[in-house]
Amino acid sequence: MTTPLLEVSEISRTYRMRAGLFGRPTSVHAVDGLSFSIPKGETLGIVGESGSGKSTTGRMVLGLEPPDHGSVRFDGAPIAAPGTATWRAQRARMQMIFQDPLGALDRRLPVAEQIREPLDIHNIGSKAERDARVHELLHAVDLNDGHGRRYPGALSGGQRQRIVLARALATKPDFLVCDEPVSALDVSIQAQVVNLLVDLQARLGLTMLFISHDLRVVRQISSKVAVMYLGRIVEYGDADDLFARPQHPYTQALVSASPAPGRRSTGRIVLSGDPPNPAARPSGCAFHPRCRLATARCKAEVPVLTALDPQRQVACHLVTGAPAQTQDAA
Amino acid sequence: MAPLVSISGLQVAFDGTQVLHGIDLDIAKGEAVGLVGESGSGKSVTWLAALGLLPAKAKVAGSATLDGRELIGADGKVLDQVRGRRIAMIFQDPASALNPVLTIRRQLCESLGLHRGLRGEAARVEALRLLDLVGIPDANRRLSAYPHEFSGGQVQRIMIAMALAGQPDLLIADEPTTALDATIQAQILDLLAAVRREFNMAMVLISHDLGVVAENCDRVCVMYAGRIVERAPATRLFDDPWHPYAQGLIGALPPLDGARRRLQAIPGTVPDPRALPSGCAFAPRCAHVGDGCHARVPPLAPVELDRAVACLRPQRLPVELAAE
Amino acid sequence: MLRFFAIRLCRALLTIALVVTFAFIVLRLSGDPALMIMGPEAPPEVIEAFRKAWGLDHPIWVQYLDYFKAIGQGELGRSMRDGRPAIQLVLERIPATLALTIPAFLVKVLLGIPAGIYAALHRGSAIDRAVMITAVAGFTVPSFVLALLLVLIFAVQLGWLPSGGQESWRHAILPIVTLGFGGAAVLARFTRSAMLEILGQPYIRTASAKGVPWRRVITDHALPNAAIPTVTILGFMVGSLIAGAVVVESVFSWPGVGRLLVVAVANRDLAVVQCILLLVAMTMVTSNLIVDFLYGLLDPRLRSKGAAA
Repeated sequence: MTTPLLEVSEISRTYRMRAGLFGRPTSVHAVDGLSFSIPKGETLGIVGESGSGKSTTGRMVLGLEPPDHGSVRFDGAPIAAPGTATWRAQRARMQMIFQDPLGALDRRLPVAEQIREPLDIHNIGSKAERDARVHELLHAVDLNDGHGRRYPGALSGGQRQRIVLARALATKPDFLVCDEPVSALDVSIQAQVVNLLVDLQARLGLTMLFISHDLRVVRQISSKVAVMYLGRIVEYGDADDLFARPQHPYTQALVSASPAPGRRSTGRIVLSGDPPNPAARPSGCAFHPRCRLATARCKAEVPVLTALDPQRQVACHLVTGAPAQTQDAA
Repeated sequence: MAPLVSISGLQVAFDGTQVLHGIDLDIAKGEAVGLVGESGSGKSVTWLAALGLLPAKAKVAGSATLDGRELIGADGKVLDQVRGRRIAMIFQDPASALNPVLTIRRQLCESLGLHRGLRGEAARVEALRLLDLVGIPDANRRLSAYPHEFSGGQVQRIMIAMALAGQPDLLIADEPTTALDATIQAQILDLLAAVRREFNMAMVLISHDLGVVAENCDRVCVMYAGRIVERAPATRLFDDPWHPYAQGLIGALPPLDGARRRLQAIPGTVPDPRALPSGCAFAPRCAHVGDGCHARVPPLAPVELDRAVACLRPQRLPVELAAE
Repeated sequence: MLRFFAIRLCRALLTIALVVTFAFIVLRLSGDPALMIMGPEAPPEVIEAFRKAWGLDHPIWVQYLDYFKAIGQGELGRSMRDGRPAIQLVLERIPATLALTIPAFLVKVLLGIPAGIYAALHRGSAIDRAVMITAVAGFTVPSFVLALLLVLIFAVQLGWLPSGGQESWRHAILPIVTLGFGGAAVLARFTRSAMLEILGQPYIRTASAKGVPWRRVITDHALPNAAIPTVTILGFMVGSLIAGAVVVESVFSWPGVGRLLVVAVANRDLAVVQCILLLVAMTMVTSNLIVDFLYGLLDPRLRSKGAAA
């Protein structure tokens, strides 16, 4: 087996937060002992609601935030400390795109110059080569040189996200982290950008970590999917298979909550209770207060992510019942 | 049966830019109608205009009647009797939709005082009942809390409770779940369906999400650039859309099961309302555009008993896509 | 809660210490008090004696430390000019200043806030434009120019009001108008923009959609929110009640704290200047504390102890 391009093992991240002006500081476990790996050329999708820790995970993977525990290895080497030469070299190979393209762009610069910027920073190629590369990148994201001369304000949301994508691709990265890249876009534009990402991934052999709350978009782009709940992975598996036969009660609720046109809702699982709050993580299985199947054991013991079959891992006492018990006893 | 609300030829312009180009829409008592479209399609503006909630600089023409009574250009006093009492409205961003410096009790009791004449203890008891009804736990204690002390889903429940305070005949829900997480969205949609059944209330559900509208509405209107381009029963629209834009919207939605297919992206972007293309506004993005399309705006014409399409060349989808 | 106020208090004391230090440095570097007060023709031994008497012969940092020690013991020093306690000199002048600044404050609030609200509610109307043009004029024209203009019109040309002095209430009118107008202009502009921002908020639309009559939307929903930013400006104005009239008092020969300050600076009368500055710093700091407290009162988001459940 080849080594994966990205290997994340047991990373955790805790924030100290003060509630209100006079409140006591509390610990917020944003990410708690997360492990996964992405083989070269594959896309891992991370699905989760707000508070699941999916964005924190993305930032830790890029080394923008150090994990409190655990390690992130990129192409066999640990992520270097931010600001060092090794880190810069690694960062040229790992790029990111976020939800808000306008916030990621400088409003006072023509967008072509912003695509060019990483080439200037990493000192790649001659002036003519850089110009040619910008032209090529604009075309790669289905835009032309005319778009390149415009300012971000004169482009539509979808076009801006393409510019951000072109800039991310400028240094020919191997690895791309996308955090909700299409969530702010209208449906028809969203489809354009999703298609573009799929095409580019196939053509450039990109490895991607794709973070989104939108199950449909994640499935469209990812080969593997991890479902996160309150800082942990609760289910992991093959994208198509996971959404077709979700095993974890939370995944089941997520899938059933995703409305489908052409079908009236019959037997939708509606979770009771409030959205998860990372500052007040329930004991045992963090999902148990909202789970309709929860037992006494779920309240007490944290379920471990366990392989159900070679394709699927689930962290639920009820799904992995018997073997988990013997494991815990051991 | 006469419709509850009847909108006809409704037009809106901001600073000389026409954003709504004549909307015709009837809402019957107790029915759920969905309005789908992308940002700028005019789905919210339609109802803000009908209820007189647009800023003064907006020029509104046409007609919107409630039980035969004209609302457009009506006196403020008349509208205050309609808003909240006959037609209630809830909005997208729960975090900013409630007044941050007033308690939940003040805001709920305000509606109860205006529309039901309840004051003091009577209003408090009714406010508690409403909070209970929409599923706010520990309502008695939380009545004196401020909006920021609630989560987004809870605030939307409070908004619904406030809307129910006037016992309205029609609830306009403007993107009520867009800002919420998936599992919370399911809760809110469930709640809306339950209160609708209980009070036999009509609902207009405005959303960019086809799935949300399909699952919760009887009829759907698809809007594009300030016009309704297709009107159909919900199930039929999604099984068999006729307008190329409606087809495009459905094709653009990634499937959650079955084989993966390339998304059918609509090329280009929504036109700027200041520079609409001549003729059909969708023509420049349309795969089936023909000679006549640029010449005139196609009217919303009936194609079957209960559906209408504004297209000169309506297309039926090939079977395999339609079945999706 | 206690911690919060302890921090605020420390910060306040630090602010005061900085103000005092700054004044000390500027005044001592720009001239010799002994020469200023005794006059350049005074015999050297007289000046030397004066220096000794006031401790001016010590190294400057010793003087500085002595001065801080004295303040710590509540001793604010004596005027080098007539030997009376500085604090007494200053306190004597305060009523005169307040006689101008308090009515002026009322003018600012009663004129500025309603004008701002009205302008916001009738945005783009002729009255809105008139209010805004007046407001811009009000805070771009320096107060001494306005004061001179008013004197020219109402005292010199029309002869309706006296041009200076403190003999009767009629003498106070022009100074109060001068002070009040500039402040009202600032408040009007500020209130207008605060109101406009609030009126664009979704909860205002929610209130209208609920069927709340427009008048009540304004009074019950918009004003309580618009009050929050306006309080900042009001706090600043309260803070300048004591020493906000330096220029106006000078122009109108009004014997208040402001004029005392001008005279004391000119004479390098260190104790008096320091005493006034201390007083100003203390009122500023106190009004800031009051503003913080009012914020908590007006905005429940700031006083909540627990986050959303």
